[in-house]
Amino acid sequence: MVVAIVLLLVAVGSVLFHIYSPWWWTPIATNWSYIDHTISITFWITGVVFFAVIAFMAYCVFRFHHKEGRQAHYNPENKKLEWWLSVGTGIGVAAMLAPGLFVWHQFVTVPADATEIEVMGQQWQWSFRLPGKDGRMGTTDVRFVSSDNPMGLNPDDKHGQDDVVIASDDLHLPVGKPVKVLLRSLDVLHDFYVPEFRAKMDMVPGMVTYFWMTPIRTGTFDVLCAELCGAAHAQMRAKVIVDEESEYHAWLEKQKTFAELSGRNAVMRATYESGGK
Amino acid sequence: MVDVPYDRIADVPPAEVPEVELYHPKSWWTQYVFSQDAKVIAIQYSLTASAIGLVALVLSWLMRLQLGFPGTFSFIDANQYLQFITMHGMIMVIYLLTALFLGGFGNYLIPLMVGARDMVFPYVNMLSYWVYLLAVVVLASTFFVPGGPTGAGWTLYPPQAILSGTPGQDWGIVLMLASLILFIIGFTMGGLNYVVTVLQARTRGMTLMRLPLTVWGIFTATVMALLAFPALFVASVMMLFDRLLGTSFFMPALVEMGQQMKYGGGSPILFQHLFWFFGHPEVYIVALPAFGIVSDLISTHARKNIFGYRMMVWAIVGIGALSFVVWAHHMYVSGMHPHFGFFFATTTLIIAIPTAIKVYNWVLTLWRGDIHLTVPMLFALGFIITFVNGGLTGLFLGNVVVDVPLSDTMFVVAHFHMVMGVAPIMVVLGAIYHWYPKVTGRMLNDVLGKFHFWVTFLGAYLIFFPMHYLGLLGIPRRYHDIGEAAFIPSSAHTLNAFITVVALTVGVAQMVFLFNLVWSLFKGRPSGGNPWRATTLEWQTPETPPGHGNWGKELPVVYRWAYDYSVPGAAQDFIPQNQPPKATRAVQGAAP
Repeated sequence: MVVAIVLLLVAVGSVLFHIYSPWWWTPIATNWSYIDHTISITFWITGVVFFAVIAFMAYCVFRFHHKEGRQAHYNPENKKLEWWLSVGTGIGVAAMLAPGLFVWHQFVTVPADATEIEVMGQQWQWSFRLPGKDGRMGTTDVRFVSSDNPMGLNPDDKHGQDDVVIASDDLHLPVGKPVKVLLRSLDVLHDFYVPEFRAKMDMVPGMVTYFWMTPIRTGTFDVLCAELCGAAHAQMRAKVIVDEESEYHAWLEKQKTFAELSGRNAVMRATYESGGK
Repeated sequence: MVDVPYDRIADVPPAEVPEVELYHPKSWWTQYVFSQDAKVIAIQYSLTASAIGLVALVLSWLMRLQLGFPGTFSFIDANQYLQFITMHGMIMVIYLLTALFLGGFGNYLIPLMVGARDMVFPYVNMLSYWVYLLAVVVLASTFFVPGGPTGAGWTLYPPQAILSGTPGQDWGIVLMLASLILFIIGFTMGGLNYVVTVLQARTRGMTLMRLPLTVWGIFTATVMALLAFPALFVASVMMLFDRLLGTSFFMPALVEMGQQMKYGGGSPILFQHLFWFFGHPEVYIVALPAFGIVSDLISTHARKNIFGYRMMVWAIVGIGALSFVVWAHHMYVSGMHPHFGFFFATTTLIIAIPTAIKVYNWVLTLWRGDIHLTVPMLFALGFIITFVNGGLTGLFLGNVVVDVPLSDTMFVVAHFHMVMGVAPIMVVLGAIYHWYPKVTGRMLNDVLGKFHFWVTFLGAYLIFFPMHYLGLLGIPRRYHDIGEAAFIPSSAHTLNAFITVVALTVGVAQMVFLFNLVWSLFKGRPSGGNPWRATTLEWQTPETPPGHGNWGKELPVVYRWAYDYSVPGAAQDFIPQNQPPKATRAVQGAAP
């Protein structure tokens, strides 16, 4: 009796906790509300199954616990019942998988008008790059990385000269414009993770990965690293600020291009090597 | 009379099982230390696994102290936190659960349950244990080497695992890989033994479809482990080469802390494929023995045949096979080709169907049973709840697009602890309460056992159920300190502190269990040979604990399946597998 009640309380308590939990997903800031809907469908289906199974078990314990003279029913199998349960489960699984695969198709299909931007991770900081006036980003290679060229841009690629390089500062994005986020790492695995964006993807040294999204509201969002990257993994932070179009352009005007930065570095080094003359 | 397959000895070809040459120990050393008796080896495996498991338990307390009260304990820093999570995970998954289920329960139960005198290769079986012990010693030694154990996470993803930004880069990672290689060598020797014993040494009448589900679970898990561990073996060898010889299997060209490294051309994602080709079957290597054992616990203590035995066997085999084509669901956000997502999400969700069948059949076994709420039964009920919970959250993470926001968050931590931590450990504990009388001849104390169950079950549920919601909120895993982030409310810190307090309480309750194990060894109530009135062969041995060679002069002959509980008309509510049909009929005739 007591055991049956406790088992039932576990099921009821879990459902109540779910309903009243103060811990819930963050207010979404991109177009990926489809993902949230798929999670909701999954919560409904799995929640019903969870409650039904535990409640049934609690009832069995309540109804059939040992008493003097009770004999169990001898019943090796019931093919019909097992068959119906399998079919029912299959339908439930399909009801979660179908919307999931549908949304995944959207997730991996980047719209043609998406602007490419780049996020680069290294132990333990973030850098960003935006295409310049020509709308294209230059090529990169880890072999070009140096103190003058922290993102490893190809100095001989003319498309790279006007790229906007943002090292140790925040990233700004315009609201309402789809972006394809290209992801790159210099050293180990990282993962560009903004909870409000829902989308995330690992950054792998030696290759370029990506995801796409359209920011739908302005605001300042924390960037965290979601793939273990060593001792200071938890401190690898930055911010993304989603702006209205006009503010975004005002910010963009103030950023330095790769050519400007390497030019400035060259002047500084020349000054240093000539002993400040 | 119901249509039941228990009276079919005539269908079984009377294959003669030749008597085997047993190795007879000649001294105390060969009897208790370098023993070739599977029962002694089982106890050696179990004690070693439990000892290193206690280290993992203490590590979990240290982790929880840091997470619940960040900054309070000056002796835990970020590096140590990473070392704790790595060692905790590796120990629990491989050195405790795999070794305990296969080396411990497998060694003890397979020969007894199939009616054999011992494993077929006793000498190799002994070697298996000693190589396992060596692997554990090498693993434990990393706590004492310069730089300490590796802090790469139990997944050991390169390049991070072998670069200097990760603790344990000098010795820790090298010894970890060496220990894994040793473990796999040791396991392979034991695993071949278990498989061949089940296939070749079953006693007369013990057809495959009369095997208890415990044996089916352990057998299938062992076959899987023999196929899956080689992937980890080669991955470990290759990473060891990358670390020691400067090869580039998993290492692309990279810049570490401003220095150009000499690596080039390798693929970090290749390691992930190899790791999870092992790692996902590994989940079921731990789960299938638990599935099998819990089926027998439920059936015995509900005095009812397991519902749908044949479906249960095929579900075990089906899950085992399917689990080899789902591995990349651990890699949805790894950067592999996105189209893999369609395939692996589909296979992953299909595996839910045989798994669900097992759950239905467990609860349907309770239906119209005669449920004795013994300690093993309580743990079995606890298993069902935690396994259903953890299995259902697997449907979130397996469904590729749902995994995207949840991967690498505390939701994942909560999920896998519930499904492959708490649930199998519920079965391990229930199984210990169940078989301790056979191993020692004494019962464990019931009051202490019930206390242990309630604190462990409710505590573990309170730890891991709310943790899902921290992940839903977006808190990443493997963070020693969440730090400042606008999206994290202060209530999340309160919840973390609460979880820590519960975790420490559950930890203390395990000390009560340890006390019970030792106390009952001397003071426990004598159990007799078959205290649970069970049908399977291990309860029918002439001696308890079973003697050398298990069966006295003659091997048992099996006449029926393992689940003849509460057969209508029978004199008792159980009929042992080795009871001849004639005897049953005579008894049935005498019954009113």
